[in-house]
Amino acid sequence: MRSTMTDHTTTCHPAAPAADSPAARAADPPGTAAASTASAAEARQAERQAEYRALMRKFWFGAAVGAPTMVLSYPWLIPGLRELFPMGSQQLWYLWAFMGIGSFAVIAYSGNQFFTGAWEGLKHRSANMHTLIAIGTGTAWIYSTVALLFPQLFPSKATTDVYYDVTVVVTALVVLGMAMEVKARGRTSEAIEKLIGLQPKTARVVRGGAEREVPVDEVVVGDVVVVRPGAKVPVDGIVLEGASAIDESMITGESMPVAKAPGDEVIGATINGTGALRFRATKVGADTALATIVRMVGDAQASKVPIQRIVDVVSGYFTPMVVIASILGFVVWYDFGPSPAFAYAVVVSVTTLIIACPCALGMATPMSLTTGVGLAASHGILIRSGDALQAARRLDTVVLDKTGTITVGKPAVTDIVSGTGTTDADVLALAAAAERDSEHPLAAAIVAAARERGLETAAPSAFEAVAGHGIRATIDGRVVLVGKRALLEADGIAADALEAEAARLADEAKTPVYVAADGRALGLLAIADPVKADSREAIAALRRLGLRVVMLTGDNRRTADAIARAVGVDTVVAEVLPQDKAHEVRKLQLEGRAVAMVGDGINDAPALAQANVGFAIGTGTDVAIEASDVTLISGSLGGVVAAIAISRATMRNVTQNLFGAFVYNGLGLPIALGVLYPFTGLLLSPILAALAMSFSSVTVISNANRLKRFRLQGVSA
Amino acid sequence: MSPDRILVTVVGLAAVAAVAWFFWFKRAEGVAAATMSDGYQEVMVLVKGGYTPDTIRVSAGKPVRLLFRREETAACSEQVVLADFGKSAVLPEGQVVPVEFLPGEPGEHEFTCQMGMLRGRLLVEAA
Repeated sequence: MRSTMTDHTTTCHPAAPAADSPAARAADPPGTAAASTASAAEARQAERQAEYRALMRKFWFGAAVGAPTMVLSYPWLIPGLRELFPMGSQQLWYLWAFMGIGSFAVIAYSGNQFFTGAWEGLKHRSANMHTLIAIGTGTAWIYSTVALLFPQLFPSKATTDVYYDVTVVVTALVVLGMAMEVKARGRTSEAIEKLIGLQPKTARVVRGGAEREVPVDEVVVGDVVVVRPGAKVPVDGIVLEGASAIDESMITGESMPVAKAPGDEVIGATINGTGALRFRATKVGADTALATIVRMVGDAQASKVPIQRIVDVVSGYFTPMVVIASILGFVVWYDFGPSPAFAYAVVVSVTTLIIACPCALGMATPMSLTTGVGLAASHGILIRSGDALQAARRLDTVVLDKTGTITVGKPAVTDIVSGTGTTDADVLALAAAAERDSEHPLAAAIVAAARERGLETAAPSAFEAVAGHGIRATIDGRVVLVGKRALLEADGIAADALEAEAARLADEAKTPVYVAADGRALGLLAIADPVKADSREAIAALRRLGLRVVMLTGDNRRTADAIARAVGVDTVVAEVLPQDKAHEVRKLQLEGRAVAMVGDGINDAPALAQANVGFAIGTGTDVAIEASDVTLISGSLGGVVAAIAISRATMRNVTQNLFGAFVYNGLGLPIALGVLYPFTGLLLSPILAALAMSFSSVTVISNANRLKRFRLQGVSA
Repeated sequence: MSPDRILVTVVGLAAVAAVAWFFWFKRAEGVAAATMSDGYQEVMVLVKGGYTPDTIRVSAGKPVRLLFRREETAACSEQVVLADFGKSAVLPEGQVVPVEFLPGEPGEHEFTCQMGMLRGRLLVEAA
């Protein structure tokens, strides 16, 4: 038998959850995992639907029997019925006997899961909600039946009232609560189901020189994939030809379409704009960013918030404690309660069993976590686990790596200064023409700037690199110099007019590059690693959240200070060697700070791992970064703000739920036990207890669902 | 105190003791995992109102494969979580779902449903 099972798991395509395990993934042919994830999600939804419908059928049956039962349990209160069924009459006995049969049918049909659930639990020597409801409704029914059949066992006449209405109505109400719970639970996992639904079904690939539409599962790494305007990008890859803007909001959370040109990365499930693209598939099936995201979100949703471990200990003792409380309640009411003591004792113990809601306690944190992690994912933020979520709430310091985090991470032309008689375009075009064949990193920035502005660049007829100073090139017969001021001065060209501008640019941590032609200085280009458009705003938002913002960089102090001024960070740590970044994080932690580190996930991996919460930023398709607790798919620092805000909102939600669940049980149980009776004469009816119990678990889930309405307004743009 | 009250009190206290003993003082031996030809320690776990077996003994340092089979529709048990190993799996009704992990140090771990209502113990013993 065992070997059959082993065969099953290794040779058949396992269902989606099985794809979680690395071994199962290895055995899985490429492409099937994403598809089976989608079908498993559908199956799960169908299962939930079926469960909901079954519970609602049970509820309606219970309600149909329950309504007349409630009325006929107290016929002496209703004119007309009072005469038909006078107290103690034979007719009333027959009526109640008929109700006994009806309520048994309700227990057997609507309430059978309580009894089977309780029995399965007892076999494991464990107790759950089913145990409480089964004992509660069962006791009420047995008591009523004994009272009906053997009234002589009871000392006083009044004791022989029946409680069939309790049995039926409690069963119906709890079943209704369960149905609503199933429905609401489905909503908490909507986010992940939406992600799974993004997976395109087919792809157009080039096979044998022709374009063919194939199921997405059949795309393999290396395939050339064609994306038509407006179509979905089927898998991850690198653009080969074409240009377009792609809407990546469903994956990265960035609402602006992203321009794509050859060499750029495209992410599966994003939507192409108006251009056509051809790209080479680099990740397919279970390796695509989307499939990884779905897997990570699923794992995170099933993980535990640390606070849950305490709740687990409590709930491990909770249900048997309730049973014990109900027995003790019975004894106390029987010994010291008013007459008829036996009837009161039964009602009190039944009410106690029914009002207790272990479910509210158990669901309090998982429901909020599921919603919160899903919410983050819809903003392009992947939170790895409940631990990360709880840690993110307590952060008080954010350490930002400069290059690639605050700045774009690639040098670019930021300013152009043209002297008299020339234009910015002339200066840039000449410089770009001269630098066309240079391999210097700054040259690439100049050439790219000219291309971006659509400037024509002529090929130089002669080219010479002057080491450490710049280049000298001949273009259309003109001698062009591009480089440091010393390069111009060596040729006897005066650049005094540009001196002041150059000094200003240098103060802004930009590198000034002089451009001269025909023995005359034409202008300046400033090259720097530009600050990302939204960095300043995001850093301001982090400070509004009460966080201290520290910038960490390997750059010299002057550059670092210039950037720091531009974006408004509190503290700058400059000239840090890459290997010492983790140490700087540790230093802050030793000061008693809870530190978030935001970096690129590869160079900054040790610092990310050292931090209380590590944020890997701008990971694109490479979403599964091991060192990070939180992965931001887009490159925007705004994601850090959103991640911290969402973590705080989620943990607040967890706290509300736990508080609610504890307060509910903490107040409900004593009231059910009758502590108010000696002072106010108030005793809770079991039917009200059932209402409260159903309402409490639905409240917990509804509160978790409320998180979905969380908006980032005022926190980030 | 009347005899019936004494009787109810004595029976009640006995019932309390019985409940406490029944739920809290169980000491299950548990089922030891069998080692398969691929080196995995494997146990089949039935999910129905609880986990059967609910106590599983495995050796430290060898990979473990738990095969879960859920035979009920109650939403409560639709997911199994091994929090200490960062593993979880959705359990569609009637399907065998493997969960694999590598137990490190000897010790005791739990596997639960998402709400922590159903619980099982995993005893990692020194190899």
